[in-house]
Amino acid sequence: MAVKPRKLFDGVVFGIFLLLLLLPTLFFFFWMISLSLKPDADNLAFPPVFIPSELTAKSYRAVFESSPFARYALNSLIVAVGATSLALLLGVPAAYGIARSGRYGAALFILVARMTPALSYLIPWFLLFQRLGLSNTYFALILTHLIIGLPLIIWVMLGFFEDVHRELEDAAVIDGCSRFGSFLRVAVPLVRPGIVVAGILAFIFSWNNFIFAVVLAGPRLQTLPVAIFNVLTFEQINWGPLAAAALLVTTPVLILAVTVQRHIVAGLAAGGLKG
Amino acid sequence: MRDVRRRIELYLDHHLFTLMILPAALTLLLIIAFPLLYSVWMSVHEFSMGATTTPRFLGAANYVKLLSDKRFLEAIPRTLYFTVLGVMAPVVIGTVAALGFSRIYPGRGLLRTIFTLPMMATPVSIALIWQMMFHPQLGVLNYLLSRVGIPPLKWVFASNSVIPTLAMVETWQWTPFVMLIVLGGLASLPEEPVEAARIDGASYWQLIRFVTLPLLWPYIMVAIVLRSIDALKSFDIIYVITQGGPGTASETINIFLYLQAFAFYNIGFASSVVIVFFLLIMLMSVVLLLVRRRTSWQ
Repeated sequence: MAVKPRKLFDGVVFGIFLLLLLLPTLFFFFWMISLSLKPDADNLAFPPVFIPSELTAKSYRAVFESSPFARYALNSLIVAVGATSLALLLGVPAAYGIARSGRYGAALFILVARMTPALSYLIPWFLLFQRLGLSNTYFALILTHLIIGLPLIIWVMLGFFEDVHRELEDAAVIDGCSRFGSFLRVAVPLVRPGIVVAGILAFIFSWNNFIFAVVLAGPRLQTLPVAIFNVLTFEQINWGPLAAAALLVTTPVLILAVTVQRHIVAGLAAGGLKG
Repeated sequence: MRDVRRRIELYLDHHLFTLMILPAALTLLLIIAFPLLYSVWMSVHEFSMGATTTPRFLGAANYVKLLSDKRFLEAIPRTLYFTVLGVMAPVVIGTVAALGFSRIYPGRGLLRTIFTLPMMATPVSIALIWQMMFHPQLGVLNYLLSRVGIPPLKWVFASNSVIPTLAMVETWQWTPFVMLIVLGGLASLPEEPVEAARIDGASYWQLIRFVTLPLLWPYIMVAIVLRSIDALKSFDIIYVITQGGPGTASETINIFLYLQAFAFYNIGFASSVVIVFFLLIMLMSVVLLLVRRRTSWQ
């Protein structure tokens, strides 16, 4: 019985510790949602309004009415899906080839890609795309976003392929399957969960990317992060719609992130190109 | 006909792994190696946007100019200042958080998920909200400070507080990353040393200090290496919140590089920044990896 108060005390201290740890994140997202749902008058009041006079979707409506938001969302979707699909198409077989042949030298590229600032690639790409008349095309954006997804996918898939027992594929070959056939029919189905994880991670980083599109995309091809950044510079003080837009941009990514949280570290160790 | 097909199949099977790696390798070569090499070439030429004449060879002139450029020379210590803050704070808090999240209690998974949200959120979205919270008159942060009796701060609007403030946002966003790495380390620790120390009567804090932390050190070092690389090249948060301002007070090397290339269109000059920056990051990575080797347990 003597232990009990001591245990209770420990529990309370630990609870406070956890609360302190989570407070910055909880408060940040609470405030983001709050800004997006409060009327403009509440957002510009001082002291700040914690209990809004009313909740309104006006800011969300304003986002869609004052800007071609759906168009920007479509741009983001095309670029992220395009780059991720292409990266999967190139990266999954490559990861298999590396895992089976033991040519880990290719991983060096991944390391360099991980360390180099994205801006280093941007200048040459920018010039090249201009010269080829490709600037301001989806193609250029998708190609540049490959640098986010491809190293990441190879890295993540390497781990998954290494876990597939070679004997299974050898058995398929003995049964008359070609080596490539055993890759397609044995290895790929076994690593399907890995492909989903790698694809989602690549999609998230591509969707979040700001720097490539800010340089390479013209007004019509702006992706969401670039679009909301530009909204800020032109309408400095409209906090409600801006918060609503920011929330709309990041919510899909947060939902996806929760589904792959177990693998986030692997993704960030290889990709997560931030600038 | 069947014979030819069989032969092709045999050939493909024989070189299969190479053929599977090749497309990705060529793509990476095109999108990574080519730009870096082209940057080297541009950095030794007089190169500006839209010039129609053949670029003139300059030799090391861009580099000489760069190393005497006051703005660049000021950006270096500023970048290091931001990096040191943006590595130390997340590593310390993230390690403490990992110890907290490694305990078993109800709701742990949910709390951990919430804790990791910042690092996956869209950086531009985050930056915009922080900027509103930093507003000197209307921002919620100064209000909260006033409630606990602290006078309002200038946050990103004063040159002496802008870097620590940006580093705070960086810390907020990337502490979860460190936490997850260290948590992974905690999960793979051998149980015997902890058990042995516990039997010897070590307290909780002694266990952490003398057993867990030394065993975790390799993982913490990995976190430090990755965090250093990322903090050094941080762009989105800084650019969206301050664009290098006020004045040049938050102009890190990466922001300086961006402005030279895409605001002033000094392509050749910017390319020399690329090369110097690249070497700086490589140098730092090598140093950190050497430190890691020396201090690692095995």
